[in-house]
Amino acid sequence: MTATFPPETGAADGSAETLMAPSRPVLAQDWRRLVRMGAVGAVAQIFIALSNMPVRLDERAVVKPILSLGYLTLLIVPFAAGNRAGHQIKREGMPVYAAGTHEVAGGTACGALAGGGLSLLAVLLANFDLREPLVNWSPMLAELLAFGNATWFAVVVWLLIGAAVGAVGGALRVLGPRTRRAVVTMALTVAGTAVLEPLVVDLAEGMRLEALTDWLYARRGGVNWTGALVLAAVSGVVAVVGRGRVRQAREHIATLEGAKRTRTNLGLILLTAAVLVILPLFAGKLTNELLANVGLFVLLALGLNVVVGLAGILDLGYVAFFAVGSYSAAVLTAATSPRINPEMPWLVALIVVVIITGLVGLFIGAPVIRMRGDYLAIVTLGFGEIIRLIFLSDWLSGWFGGSQGITKIPGAGIFGLTSVAGTDPRRVFYLVLAFCAIAIYVSWRLERSRLGRAWMAVREDETVAEAMGINTVNVKLLAFVVGAVLGSFSGAIFSAKVGSVFPNSFLILVSIVILVVVIFGGMGSIVGVIAGSAVLIGVLGGPKQPGLLAEFSEFKLLIYGALLIWMMLARPEGLIPSVRRSRELHQQEMAQDAWLRGEVEDDDSNGGGQAAPAT
Amino acid sequence: MTTANGTARPGEDMATDEAEHPGENMANGTEHPGDDTAANGTECRPLLETRKLSVDFGGLHALDGLDFVVHEGEIVSVIGPNGAGKTTLFNAITATVELSAGDILFEGASLLGLDPNRVTTRGIARTFQNVRLFANMTVLENVMVSQHCRTHQHAFGALFYTPAFRREEAEIRERAEKVLSFFGSRLVGYRFDQPAFTLSYANRRRLEIARAMATQPKLILLDEPVAGMNPVESAELTGMIGRLRDEWGFAIVVIEHDMEVVREVSDRVVVLDHGVKIAEGDYADVSNDPRVIEAYLGQGAAAS
Repeated sequence: MTATFPPETGAADGSAETLMAPSRPVLAQDWRRLVRMGAVGAVAQIFIALSNMPVRLDERAVVKPILSLGYLTLLIVPFAAGNRAGHQIKREGMPVYAAGTHEVAGGTACGALAGGGLSLLAVLLANFDLREPLVNWSPMLAELLAFGNATWFAVVVWLLIGAAVGAVGGALRVLGPRTRRAVVTMALTVAGTAVLEPLVVDLAEGMRLEALTDWLYARRGGVNWTGALVLAAVSGVVAVVGRGRVRQAREHIATLEGAKRTRTNLGLILLTAAVLVILPLFAGKLTNELLANVGLFVLLALGLNVVVGLAGILDLGYVAFFAVGSYSAAVLTAATSPRINPEMPWLVALIVVVIITGLVGLFIGAPVIRMRGDYLAIVTLGFGEIIRLIFLSDWLSGWFGGSQGITKIPGAGIFGLTSVAGTDPRRVFYLVLAFCAIAIYVSWRLERSRLGRAWMAVREDETVAEAMGINTVNVKLLAFVVGAVLGSFSGAIFSAKVGSVFPNSFLILVSIVILVVVIFGGMGSIVGVIAGSAVLIGVLGGPKQPGLLAEFSEFKLLIYGALLIWMMLARPEGLIPSVRRSRELHQQEMAQDAWLRGEVEDDDSNGGGQAAPAT
Repeated sequence: MTTANGTARPGEDMATDEAEHPGENMANGTEHPGDDTAANGTECRPLLETRKLSVDFGGLHALDGLDFVVHEGEIVSVIGPNGAGKTTLFNAITATVELSAGDILFEGASLLGLDPNRVTTRGIARTFQNVRLFANMTVLENVMVSQHCRTHQHAFGALFYTPAFRREEAEIRERAEKVLSFFGSRLVGYRFDQPAFTLSYANRRRLEIARAMATQPKLILLDEPVAGMNPVESAELTGMIGRLRDEWGFAIVVIEHDMEVVREVSDRVVVLDHGVKIAEGDYADVSNDPRVIEAYLGQGAAAS
């Protein structure tokens, strides 16, 4: 599975692959495939257009006068289709053709077909009124597609745009790996800088670099022409110079062993910690708010990771523990709590919260844990809803305020030193960071203990685990409780941060989002889970929390879904997978690799056999 | 079939082997009561005893009033045609199926109503007919995790990295390595950190036995340990089964179809058919028993 970028000259792997056949003639296309892909692209285009994303995101500029985020969403599909059209299936013994005009032509055709979807839509928009079932069947969309001109213009222009973008996608195949890398980096840098504008501006303000952002961004959002060019140039240079360095470094670290490895890891961890501690000082309110939200979800995801990733219990009602944590912290600290209001200091309350949530974990877990697989998932789903409905119910509204919730929750006081509340996101972030550190430590230690091994065994094969002397009920229950307690930390901080708790903050959606974060990031992998939260919650936003792309919030779930599907197809082990998880999903390949290594009789110096990256 | 000219090696040979290494049990540190004189004859108490054991699946009597005894330090083979109830016997002993009637005594105490993990804790370990390793765990982890019931460190020790925790982790690892080294160089060294699914079929079988050994049992139940192995591997493992008893002091029950192995290894052979014991005794007796031949080859063969 090692993706290699064979250099054009003096290829290291001297196989048949280097004997490239000449490129194919332009018209010798696999037309059926092109048409099929183009049609899929066209449908996707129509779907995206009718999802209203282009119209809503049109206000946000990417590169000031020429490209808005809305149009960008319409360019992605023809680009992808064009690029995909140039994909060659490589098999041993089959000739590999050099990419050339054939690929560009294929990409053009495919892109034109995809763009044609929008042409078709433009015609339909002009002649039919389907506003009744399709809410976004609007004149605005028609105007957007026609650039303010007549319908025929839209028809022609989208065919042309599709063809052009598809050609670019196909042309990317023609470029050498080095150039392609640079081009992709350049495009991503410009787009990224534009999309992350609020974050960049916020950080720049904190670091007193307003001049830079004033120069870079146009007044009303979007990167300037000049800014875009400079960014592209700089990132292109960086991409060329830094080519392969990162991977080399990573491989180097991977080959380290023993004390050296530990030291490197420790160094990396300390560095990350230092960045995370220092960064908020320079960041504005927006960034800190964002970081705090991400942190809350990291906490939740780490908790769920223990349950799902380590012990393999698919818990679809994890929000229950978040809710119990929030509510119990609220009841214990707020003076306005309806029935009992001990007004405990936050830290004292936290101890009680942990005990309560632990007990609830036991209480819910005990019946649930005896089931397996699908049944277990469904039952947890039920419990998640039950807990929310209990808080919502009139029956207990005397205790928890029913749908009014509990408001005016004081912030979290830490030893009388500071008080943490939503008004100061920086402090919230530091508090969250501290608890994340605890959660990371807990997951890390437990995974490498007798208990962690037992979890793994249960995940692998419960029957055998039991036959090998593991009390599976106890072990699973403990995973449930550990997960519950970690979730309750997040809940307690959440209630202090927001200052109020309502039952509708704990919808089933929260459970699903956390689960998606864990799956997306990589089940069982601590780093993966953190990365997953950063990407999904930080960039797209949580169930209620806005992310960096506040404009996308309406389409958040759509994008979540698309990302998840793509992830499951392309990289089912997640963003940053745990070793074990990728083993599971790539058993056959790895078994083959091991077998091949065994052939070489290279008993314990496996690392040395690796082909050094060609220089 | 090898049963025809059974040049059986009597079980006493094994017993004298055992007598030659009386100290081995202790030296290996496996906790066994020192009072037993192993398979030295009839006076020793039964380690495992089933009384009128019955297991029904609906109307099918998988086991029907079976009396089955294993003494300490004994190697018993259970044979019988397919569907005779051999694996069901193992499942019943390890509490993975429910008994319809009867009782199972281990060291004089009943195993009834215990969960499978408690049975293992009492000192019975098993392997599976269709190898069931923790495929994605490493070789070493497979053997480490099966020491679960003999170790005690819980979340607290792990979280605070207490000296007791570190000591126990080191012990677990050491014991795991020792168990794996029983199989020579096959499962040691770089293999320690390889996921179990990369192992060859024979090695998987070996690892499964290692995993059973690591639970520190008194009795090991091996379900077709040489199935799918080539003759050389099979012969090697046969020797190992003997060593398991002689060096580690386990009592062993083997289900096996390979009569060569059965002949080599067993002190006593029990033949099941349709959940009923149809013969019992040493290999020579059993292999000439007309009822056994009938069960295997049908009535005509027995008559001729």
